[in-house]
Amino acid sequence: MKKSILELTSVAKQYGRLKALKNIDLIVKEGEVLGLFGHNGAGKTTMMKIILGIIKADAGAVSVLGFDPSHKGAWEGRKRIGYLPENVSFYDQLTGLQVLTYFARLKSVDNKQIAELFEKVGLSEAQHRAVKTYSKGMRQRLGLAQAFLGEPKLLLLDEPTVGLDPMATKDFYQSVDLLRSGGASVILCSHVLPGVEQHIDTAMILNQGQMVASGSLAELREQASLPVSITTQGINGALREVPNLAGFMVTNNQLLVPESKKVNIIRQLMQFESISDISVESASLEKIYHHYLNDSQGKSL
Amino acid sequence: MNPILAVALKEFQDGLRNRWLLSISIVFAVLSIGLSYYGSLASGELGTASLSTTIASLSSLSVFIIPLIALLLCYDSFVGEQESGTLLLLLTYPISRGQLLLGKFAGQGCIISLATLLGFGSAALLLAMSGNAAEVFSAFSLFIVSSSLLGLSFIALAYIISLLVSEKSKAAGIALLLWLFFVLVFDLVLLGLLVGVEEGLTQQGLVQVMMFNPADLFRLINLSALSASDVNGVLSVAINSEFSPVTLMSVMLGWIVIPLFIAQLIFSKKSI
Repeated sequence: MKKSILELTSVAKQYGRLKALKNIDLIVKEGEVLGLFGHNGAGKTTMMKIILGIIKADAGAVSVLGFDPSHKGAWEGRKRIGYLPENVSFYDQLTGLQVLTYFARLKSVDNKQIAELFEKVGLSEAQHRAVKTYSKGMRQRLGLAQAFLGEPKLLLLDEPTVGLDPMATKDFYQSVDLLRSGGASVILCSHVLPGVEQHIDTAMILNQGQMVASGSLAELREQASLPVSITTQGINGALREVPNLAGFMVTNNQLLVPESKKVNIIRQLMQFESISDISVESASLEKIYHHYLNDSQGKSL
Repeated sequence: MNPILAVALKEFQDGLRNRWLLSISIVFAVLSIGLSYYGSLASGELGTASLSTTIASLSSLSVFIIPLIALLLCYDSFVGEQESGTLLLLLTYPISRGQLLLGKFAGQGCIISLATLLGFGSAALLLAMSGNAAEVFSAFSLFIVSSSLLGLSFIALAYIISLLVSEKSKAAGIALLLWLFFVLVFDLVLLGLLVGVEEGLTQQGLVQVMMFNPADLFRLINLSALSASDVNGVLSVAINSEFSPVTLMSVMLGWIVIPLFIAQLIFSKKSI
């Protein structure tokens, strides 16, 4: 049984009359990557701030690495938490090295790690240049290096891949995977849905402060009952003859089947002698996301 | 590293990097050297001014410049970091808001104090070489210490502004107004009261009211240590006041500690 790193129990937060978060429950276990999705203003940042101990929840219990983050006892734990804010422009006048040295001092991290981190995010060449000369992507990578300081047990990344080119994005997810295999838990906030899927274990979708869905991607697919698309080659309409398959047919070569029947149907399809190719595509994260958001909007209207 | 020290070091290095320390020191040095050599021109004499005259004219100039420099140096200390997002990030680090405030105060306070020491100190050295060294040093040490305190007090006031507003431009505007109020408006109102309202203020009352302004307090401290013959005008009452420089200094300390305390109070309630 893996230890849980983060636990939120019926957490709520209100700004004046605006209910920023309503009744949020969440558990993140060791080595787990949670994707946190939602529109702007859905409460993602508020939730991160509560986890980080910058603001206090109005109701409910929060436990991060075993402590209430707004409590003094959580102080030491902060060294084991990395955070990348959404819009951060670092001290422009300082060089990358000076910026990272400052943050390393505050976190009591050994200076040796700084060079390693620059290597890791690919800023070794630029570390002696002033931050104001950095491109958006370089700033973002500096921010990541900052978040990775001190081998964190919990990482909170707010829009980490904004401004990164595809190569840098790939590198970024590689380092996330690396940290995850080292036992760190990651909370990933993102608008950019394609490409995130294979790097997250669980997902949570927020809408107007409310949790509209939460669970592993498979669970969410199941709950949403979004069909799996199966495309075959070589059968060419012969499926029309099979009564229990005909209902799922969209075109001659494509079937949309529920997640639960996927395996059985594939098995059945494999019986066809003429089949030459098959591709199975589960509903993408994007589809799931839109499904749940439309769903919740329908309810609230 | 201790978080207060880490922040102080960073702020101090920033002050070195953007040439604040250098330029403030030079301004102070040029001012004090110039005034000590040419200050007596105003009274129609040529030659080196007396030490009292030098200190008197230096303090009436410094009272304008030091608060302005302190406010300029620090008005964006917090609001600037808030705008760039680093304040939010810093608060997720193992550093409390109080530690961040103290660290900034220590670092930027060192810049101002060191600049007064270097700037006015160099003038004192030059004067000491051509005159009575012991006399010069005793007069200038009080002046340097009180200048530093004045600077620190306005740093603390700048922090209050920087924490109250959420835009840099607003902070700059309020800082300028604050400066105008303490170095100009306050004195004009006092003068108006003295002249316009009969028996509105006694001499003693005047000195007490001046305690509510760190800039006036700075003048009081320096003038009360001088001989009366060199000082003319309203402020000569200060010399006859019963308050010793030590008492005045401790009130000045209050002008540092209390604004810092208020700043911390605002910071702890501020939502980032």
